Amino acid sequence: MMESLEQIKSQIESAILGAKIDIVPNAGPSQQSSLLIDNGHARKVAKFLRDHPALRFDFCTNATGVDWLERVVTKKVKVKKIVEGTEKEEEETQQEKIPGYLEAVYHLYSIEHKHGPIIIRLRTDDRGEGTRLPSLTPIWRSAEFQEREIFDLYGIRFEGHPDLRRILMWDEFKDYPMRKDYREPDDYEYEPTPHDDVLEKAKQHYAPRPQLDGAENITAQP
Amino acid sequence: MSDIDEGLRSELQRQGIWVTSMQELYNWGRKNSIWPLQFGLACCAIEMIATAASRYDIARFGGEVFRPSPRQADLMIVAGTVTKKMAPQIVRLYNQMPDPKYVISMGACAISGGPFKQGYNVLKGIDRYIPVDVYIPGCPPRPEALLHAFMELQRKIDEQKLTGAGKAEHLDPDQPSEFPVPAFGGHDLEPAANADIFRPMKMERNQ
Repeated sequence: MMESLEQIKSQIESAILGAKIDIVPNAGPSQQSSLLIDNGHARKVAKFLRDHPALRFDFCTNATGVDWLERVVTKKVKVKKIVEGTEKEEEETQQEKIPGYLEAVYHLYSIEHKHGPIIIRLRTDDRGEGTRLPSLTPIWRSAEFQEREIFDLYGIRFEGHPDLRRILMWDEFKDYPMRKDYREPDDYEYEPTPHDDVLEKAKQHYAPRPQLDGAENITAQP
Repeated sequence: MSDIDEGLRSELQRQGIWVTSMQELYNWGRKNSIWPLQFGLACCAIEMIATAASRYDIARFGGEVFRPSPRQADLMIVAGTVTKKMAPQIVRLYNQMPDPKYVISMGACAISGGPFKQGYNVLKGIDRYIPVDVYIPGCPPRPEALLHAFMELQRKIDEQKLTGAGKAEHLDPDQPSEFPVPAFGGHDLEPAANADIFRPMKMERNQ
C-alpha cells in the first residue's frame, strides 16, 4: 500500500531542504490529487521519489502538458469593516486575476513495489518567454520522447534534455498546436453540411445568403 | 481498330485468325500488369494488404507485384491519412515514378482529410498536389472496393488512345509528369495546394 500524498509530501520536505511542494487537489471521481513541485528542486525531488527505498517510483509512464490561459476567479471573502463606529463583518466578492502558465504532468509508478500512480506537476512562470522547466529525462529515460512531444505541441523548453527537437511536426514549424489560443491555418475547403465551428469558417469564406423578401414562405392554395 | 469491320473481325476469329491493333494490344498488356508502389500510410493500408493477400487476391487482376521502388511502379495507392509532414515525400515518390503512372486515392483521409479535416496536421486530400485517377470513399474501404477501383482503372487504361487528338495524358509532351513538391513552412505547407491541378468544389449559398 502506497503512502498518502500528504505523507510523501512531508517526506520530501524533510529530506530536501527548501523544497516547496503543494498538493493540487482533484475532487473528481478519480480522486487523483497531484504534487506541484517547485522548479528549482524538481530534479532533486524526482531523484528522491525514484530512489527512496519505500517509494521507488522507478517508472514514468506518461508525461504530458497542460495549457492554462489567464483566468479570473471570483471569490467571496469576509472583510471586516467599521460602519458607524462598530466593527462589522461583511461578505465581499473579489475577483482575482490568475496569469496564464503551462504545466508538465508526469505519471509515476513503482514496478518494484507495484504501487502508483503518483502524479507530479511542474509549472512554468508564464506562457510567453518564461516557458522553461527542468527536464526529468536524466531521472526517467522514458520521459525523453514525451518531453519532446510537450516541447513540440506546447512549447515548454526542457532544460537539461539531451535532444530537444520537434518530434511530430516538422522542424520549420513555428506554432504550438495544443495551446488553447492556437488557430490552425485557414485553408478552408467545401463542406456539404457545415456546422458549429466549421459553419463559422464557411460564413467567412462565402458571400452571405441574399436577403429574402418573404415570398418564399407563401404556399399556393389548393 | 475502327478501320476493321466488327463482323469481319469476328469471322476471322472463327477461322483462327486474330486481328488486333497496336493500341489494343498495348493497353491490354498495360492494364493487366499494373504494379503498385508498396507503401501504406494508415489503417487503409491494412485493407490494401488484405486485398493483396490470398482471400481477395489482387493477383487475379495482375496487380500483385508490389514494388518497393517508385522507378518500377505504375500505380500509387495512397492508402491512408496523409499528414502534412508526409505530403512532400508522397509528391516526391510520385515524381520519381515513370510515365505512364496512375493514382488511386483510397479512403476518406486520402480524398479529403476525412475525420481529421478540421485539424492542423492532416492534408485535406492528396489531390491538392498530384492528379488522382480513381477515388475510393470509405473509412477504410473494404478490399472489394479497392478491387472495384482497380477494375475502374483498368477500364480507364483500356480506353486510352495512343495517337490522335484525345490521346493519353502521358503521351502529351505538354502535360507535366512531375509536380512541385511543397515546402515545410512556418505554419503550413507552402503552397497549401497546387493551384494548377486542385479544383475544389464551391458551395452555392445564393440559391
